[in-house]
Amino acid sequence: MGPLFTATDEWSFVIALVIGIAFGFILESAGFSSSRKLAGVFYGYDFVVLQVFFTAAITAAIGLIFFEYFGWIDLSAIWINKFYIGSAILGGAIMGFGFVLGGFCPGTSACAAAIGKIDAMLYLGGFIIGVILFDAFYPFYKGFYKAGNMGGALIFEDLGMSKNVFLLVFVMFAIVAFVATAYIQQRVSKKSKKY
Amino acid sequence: MEEVKIQKPPKKYMNPYLAGVLLGIVIVLSFYFTREGLGASGAFKRSVAKVEQVIIPSHLDSEDSAFHHYITGGKDPLKNRLVYMIVGVFIGGFLSGAINRRLKLKLEHSPKITSKKRAIAAIIGGALFGIGSAFGRGCTSGAGLDGMAVLATSGFVVVGMIFGTGYVVAWFFRKLWI
Repeated sequence: MGPLFTATDEWSFVIALVIGIAFGFILESAGFSSSRKLAGVFYGYDFVVLQVFFTAAITAAIGLIFFEYFGWIDLSAIWINKFYIGSAILGGAIMGFGFVLGGFCPGTSACAAAIGKIDAMLYLGGFIIGVILFDAFYPFYKGFYKAGNMGGALIFEDLGMSKNVFLLVFVMFAIVAFVATAYIQQRVSKKSKKY
Repeated sequence: MEEVKIQKPPKKYMNPYLAGVLLGIVIVLSFYFTREGLGASGAFKRSVAKVEQVIIPSHLDSEDSAFHHYITGGKDPLKNRLVYMIVGVFIGGFLSGAINRRLKLKLEHSPKITSKKRAIAAIIGGALFGIGSAFGRGCTSGAGLDGMAVLATSGFVVVGMIFGTGYVVAWFFRKLWI
């Protein structure tokens, strides 16, 4: 039963490389190597980010539940990112700001840089600067960074729902978003934007 | 007679829903094999930690470094699956670009702004994302996508904040894109 290896197992390194190749290949194929295409999600002319992102999240969430149902994976053994309330909220807000300015997130910038996008290479340079700055001033906000630890909190438990009901709501929410954004995109792109 | 080179145009992008399903399957396989999902920012943080370890080891050795836990127990910051994964992302992105005829050195920007302006925005945006993904304990993939896949509260909060803030500030920076 999975997970077959731990993250520090050397087999995981080999598998991570293969998974990374698939990850990069899919991102580039979907057009995530173009900052102008990615930024479209914020201006209504291209919702590919939302479509790929939420389809992937739903597919993975449902896939993991099926894997558990068939006895292929022990979901209590997989890694759940810990939820530190303030730090997660602030971090997300800063990333949103950075997304609009930079037009990439780290993964997409890596595959854009790989096909020769200079703006992606500059973005990555900026990313490194940001990481250095965070570490340099870490003692100032270390307390905040480590405050409000909710552990590996699960959304359906926090909302008081069963896992399956939450998943159903999540899927329906995504379908509504897909339909609505398809409509918006059609209207906005009447101004016709080619890039 | 001279050979005339005809440049074929780049191929079309993959259907976004198909790409989403494929990406979702990749995430499931990642959890199945390695216990963890995807990630991009971790490899860059670890690279910074590695350089710090070489040039200012005393800093990384102290609790004053956010990356101190990368070396506890004598570990090497780069001996981690995320580092291998980002190498894969570069390879995979390059392969797709090569197959789809999109390999080209280019600074992409809206025709309404100069290359210089785009360059500055890209660097500042990257820096903000570097700081933000440190606070968020992962970026759009590591905290957001993985988090949503395992139905972690952190994933939904981080994704909600990224897109929520994005829509709030988008209006002020619309000249960069439209």
